[in-house]
Amino acid sequence: MKADLLAEFETPEALLAAVEELYRRGYRVLDAFTPYPVHGLEQALRLPRSKLPWLVLPFALGGGGGCYGLQAYLNGWDYPLDVGGRPPHSAPSFVPISFEMMVLATALMGVLIFFALCKLPELHHPIFEVEGFAGASQDRFWLGIDGRDPALKRGTTEALLASLGASRVAWTGETAKAAETSEAVKKPTEAAEEVPGAVTKEEPS
Amino acid sequence: MSTSVPISNEKPVAAVNTDDPVGRHPLVLGGLGFKSITDRVAGISLGKTPKTWPFALALAVSLLMVLGGSLGWLVSQGVGVWGMNSTIGWAWDITGFVFWIGIGHAGTLISAILYLFRQKWRTSINRAAEAMTIFAVLAALIYPAFHVGRVWFAYWMLPIPNQMGMWPQMKSPLLWDVFAVSTYATVSALFWFVGLVPDFATLRDRADTKTKQIVYGILSLGWRGSHRAWLHYERAYQIFAGLSTPLVLSVHTIVSFDFAVSILPGWHTTIFPPYFVAGAIFSGFAMVVTLMVVARTALGLKHLITMRHLENMNKIILATGTMVGYAYGIEFFMAWYSGNPYESFALMNRVFGPYAWAYWTMVSCNVLFPQLFWFKKIRTSIPAMFAISIVVNVGMWFERFVIIVTSLHRDYIPSSWSYYRPSLVDMSTFVGTFGLFLTLFLLFCRFVPVIAIGEVKGVLPAADPHNPHDAHDAHGEKAGVEHHG
Repeated sequence: MKADLLAEFETPEALLAAVEELYRRGYRVLDAFTPYPVHGLEQALRLPRSKLPWLVLPFALGGGGGCYGLQAYLNGWDYPLDVGGRPPHSAPSFVPISFEMMVLATALMGVLIFFALCKLPELHHPIFEVEGFAGASQDRFWLGIDGRDPALKRGTTEALLASLGASRVAWTGETAKAAETSEAVKKPTEAAEEVPGAVTKEEPS
Repeated sequence: MSTSVPISNEKPVAAVNTDDPVGRHPLVLGGLGFKSITDRVAGISLGKTPKTWPFALALAVSLLMVLGGSLGWLVSQGVGVWGMNSTIGWAWDITGFVFWIGIGHAGTLISAILYLFRQKWRTSINRAAEAMTIFAVLAALIYPAFHVGRVWFAYWMLPIPNQMGMWPQMKSPLLWDVFAVSTYATVSALFWFVGLVPDFATLRDRADTKTKQIVYGILSLGWRGSHRAWLHYERAYQIFAGLSTPLVLSVHTIVSFDFAVSILPGWHTTIFPPYFVAGAIFSGFAMVVTLMVVARTALGLKHLITMRHLENMNKIILATGTMVGYAYGIEFFMAWYSGNPYESFALMNRVFGPYAWAYWTMVSCNVLFPQLFWFKKIRTSIPAMFAISIVVNVGMWFERFVIIVTSLHRDYIPSSWSYYRPSLVDMSTFVGTFGLFLTLFLLFCRFVPVIAIGEVKGVLPAADPHNPHDAHDAHGEKAGVEHHG
């Protein structure tokens, strides 16, 4: 997902309504950028559940099981210690460390996989150059449309976004430079008037 | 007090409630919205240094230097500089260790267990409480690390192949402790960092100098708040909460195994694991209250850390304090009911022996004073809760001291009986650990968002797009927002 066309909304309601409206109009490669996880967006964006738990599960099992095996080898076989006449391989006393290592392995790999899934760290990104995008981590709600989205049309989409209540509409990176020279760039409010059917509230039929 | 805080929201209190039972106070007061919460919290990290902060830091750092000096002296002279002897092999060192570890547990309870129970009020305090956890665990780790005497051999505790062909004793609770506490420190720090990434991004986006932008930019890893990332974030958060909940219980259980697995009368009881966990949460919440009462005033966060938060914590102190009192009683019952004369002797010696003064300090601090929280007036009075939280901290330190020293100082052979007195180095080391803790906490308050900005926004009424009314509460930066405190 590359957010090429961005639109800023003032409220989570407006963003959510815009996402739903865009989906209805055939837009499929969308994303939202918000200061906190806005509930309901995952359904609106048709995003699948995170695979994180399944990805860390093998490491949890490996960490716990591996650590049990290590203890059994160290104290039960390679260097047996007779403590109070208990068997060298005494399962209950290997449980605590196995549990701790299961947790440690899950946490360490969980963080790494989490960042990998988010494609972080990525310190520089063209999206940061968009004016006002800093608000996405504070009090503004941004919507992104991928440049490869089949429904995206330069000129029309900007107007549609403005009509949905976007307070800002902007292109990122190279597309922004290209857009500057193209005649399609108009002030969102002006463009909105020219697009028939770009109305926020549709009557239920 | 919570009712006297001016609420500039036009809506009545009940209408802006975020969780159901009618009549609860909102979690964020003063009409704060998305923008003003960000301003308020990020302003602390990015704004000017408060005038008192350098003085507080100087004090903390001087205590930290006391710690450095004490530990340096210990390493150069040997563990004999501590007041222990062959009868009392554990004293202030393990007391300090368990004291600090216990304090840490409240942070994990807030960040993990209350999260799993969907307790939204945790959002304003979890960041600071988690920081407290990490710093307390670091302070705790100092004790076992230096108690080994030859710290340069501390790595012998880990199963590292060596030329002696020896391995650690994996069946010893002391070794379990090595793994439990180091895992706890690591997982707490990772959990904390994951939660911080979106807030570091907020600081990056508001940074006014190049340096801050670069530092916070690197710390935020380039977080953009994409909803795809948020979905992974929430799942990661759940996994961490799910891991930390059994982890925190296991850590203090294993700490209690250090005692309970031995056959020493006074230690060898099965009630220790739950008793220690309750005590840990009890002392930890007392420390959170102590810190939050100061921090909310010093940092101007009264609208975010409200009386409701403080009162809830006081209720937990009351509940866990009562559990601890119950455990004290059960210890006696079991000593009598088991018919074991050594167990009875250890307990009677604890209550009426040479350390009776310590025992009764413990009982009054931990059992009597927290019971005052049954009264709403006391539960919601800042001076009262501050005083009681300190009393509880003192009491919980004494609890560990009583358990450790009174059980050891009179063993089976009366000729080896002894009375433990701390040495100067014992005391300076303990005072020094406060230096470490406070230094880290002050640095945290200054440079890291003390409140989980993103999470607090998530519990605002306006955060929920399906909430039919109040759509503009979080945005309508009403007049009077700046009127706080």
